[in-house]
Amino acid sequence: MGDFRNWSRRAVLAAAVVSAAGLAAGAAAAEKVKVAAIYTLPVEQQWISRIHAALNEAQARGDIEYTYSENVANTDYERVMREYSEAGQQLIVGEVFGLERAARKVAADYPDTAFLMGSSFGAVKPNFAVFDNWIHEPSYLTGMIAGHATESNVIGMVGGYAIPEVNRLMNAFMDGARDVNPEVKFLVNFIDSWYDPPKAKESAFAMMDAGADIMYAERFGVSDAAVERGVKAIGNVIDTSQDYPDTILASAIWNMEPTINEAVAAVAEGRFKAADYGQFSFMSYGGGALVADPDLVPAEVMDEVGAKERDILDGMFRVNVNDAAPASDK
Amino acid sequence: MDILQIFLNESFWTASLRIATPLIFGVMGALLCERAGVLNLGIEGIFAAGAMAGWLAVYLGAPLWLGVGAAALAGAFFGLLHAILTVPLGLSQHVSGLGITMLATSSAYFLYRTALPDVTSPPRITAFQPLDTPLLSDIPFIGPILFEQTALTWLAFLCVGLVWWMLDRTPLGVALKAVGDNPDAVNAQGLSVYRLRFAAVIIGSSLMALGGAFLTMSAFDAFFFGMVNGRGWVCIALVIFASWRPGRALFGAILFGMFDALQVRLQTEAGAIIPSQIFLMTPYVLSIIALVLVARRADYPRALLQPWFKGQR
Repeated sequence: MGDFRNWSRRAVLAAAVVSAAGLAAGAAAAEKVKVAAIYTLPVEQQWISRIHAALNEAQARGDIEYTYSENVANTDYERVMREYSEAGQQLIVGEVFGLERAARKVAADYPDTAFLMGSSFGAVKPNFAVFDNWIHEPSYLTGMIAGHATESNVIGMVGGYAIPEVNRLMNAFMDGARDVNPEVKFLVNFIDSWYDPPKAKESAFAMMDAGADIMYAERFGVSDAAVERGVKAIGNVIDTSQDYPDTILASAIWNMEPTINEAVAAVAEGRFKAADYGQFSFMSYGGGALVADPDLVPAEVMDEVGAKERDILDGMFRVNVNDAAPASDK
Repeated sequence: MDILQIFLNESFWTASLRIATPLIFGVMGALLCERAGVLNLGIEGIFAAGAMAGWLAVYLGAPLWLGVGAAALAGAFFGLLHAILTVPLGLSQHVSGLGITMLATSSAYFLYRTALPDVTSPPRITAFQPLDTPLLSDIPFIGPILFEQTALTWLAFLCVGLVWWMLDRTPLGVALKAVGDNPDAVNAQGLSVYRLRFAAVIIGSSLMALGGAFLTMSAFDAFFFGMVNGRGWVCIALVIFASWRPGRALFGAILFGMFDALQVRLQTEAGAIIPSQIFLMTPYVLSIIALVLVARRADYPRALLQPWFKGQR
């Protein structure tokens, strides 16, 4: 994606001009927090689409002035962070999974700018906060649904990269399925790409050949394979049930709004701290949610899942966090 | 399921051919260009341009086959550009090709974003569906493997046949091979070196674009950034593996498809014991090994990479 550098550079320049124009326009909109986002992939990518949607919503409410650069290569990311910081953005949102150390160095150079970054590691004082899609709770619940639904007792899972935030959700899903169905076996594959649907489809086909009758669709392409074979699937991060009718049993949804709203309020009130915003993706904050298709999931299963959901919300059940790479049962 | 069972399962072979299809198009395109003496490293970008153009045409309402035509046209355009730079101007084929890859990839993304500025998930089309050939599909084992592919897979096979026939059985093929081996001789025959090279690069690039179109119009039904994912580069290696022969190129592409289909299945089987990355790299490692074994005897077109200027020796 390095070849895309020139385009994003222009986008950054344009963004800088726009924000400069915004400054010149005067104090009319002075209360709005200036937010810039930097994404390593386009805004359609499911994980990024959740952040983009939350920021767009905040902009529509009039809370923020939002600008962004998409498809920024990891090797170019630092530069874009610096340009936005120099341009006077107050809050910079993004993802630093590919440049954890370098991004923290940049943040240290701009102590007056607030950084809220998707990261596998921790926050750094005074201004580098982290978040992630901590939706292991709804993932566990979708696992329960899958564990009940499987007849072959084989569930296939296709993941992008085996990094903590992917592994965590897969493990929670597997725990949920095993808790309701100890017989269940898992087939696990990684495609080492965030977007290669033909490859994800091939993995899914191979698993269905090996007997999987429920597919955990961590990536685009898996549900397509499921539709072609008439197999059911479990969604992740976004709700794709409209795109795959009669296929998606349930999805673990990530809502970025609680995280963004809290960070924007903190910046506006001058109380932004280097904290771990991960909890704002928990179900109790509304950051994680379960959607299930009542036509595909039996009512008694929904009742059982609903009871577990209440336990989670009441703090009576804690979904285990396990960042280790999952593997096929043998 | 042990390894033998994997090979006995027809879906393994179906998957191999499906994975091989974009590579077959790409490798035929690269082979045509190189047989005429022009290395085309624009292939990776031309894949993206073809994937984009074909998909967008269908998304805007064109029938699927018109989309295939649009992809070929996009490929031809970038082929023309590469040919202008490398044939009459005689610029470095490596540099020009990499430039084409960057330009074509970025143009594809730019066009996508300009055409669809506000989409939240990649929009979809109705892609080519697997064929259900009467009688033939019912042949045990072979039937589903060969006759339940999409039409584009068959088009890829057809292209191999056409390229082979053209190169080996027609005067045009003789001239084309000669222009990649000894352009002076072709010139002495009164044929136009430029015209032959232009034709080869343009047609070759259209074939490459069809490889990309397969990704968005058959293997999947949406376009996205970065989805070519190195498939173009694999074709460049496969041409050398094939020693610039169409039949061997077909074999190489299918072999790569088999490695990849096998990798997916082995990872599912043994992912607990061996890290997934090992499996993911096996198709590439095996390709390198195959290349090492074969390429030492590779019969390079002798004028490959050499610009030719009229009146110069």
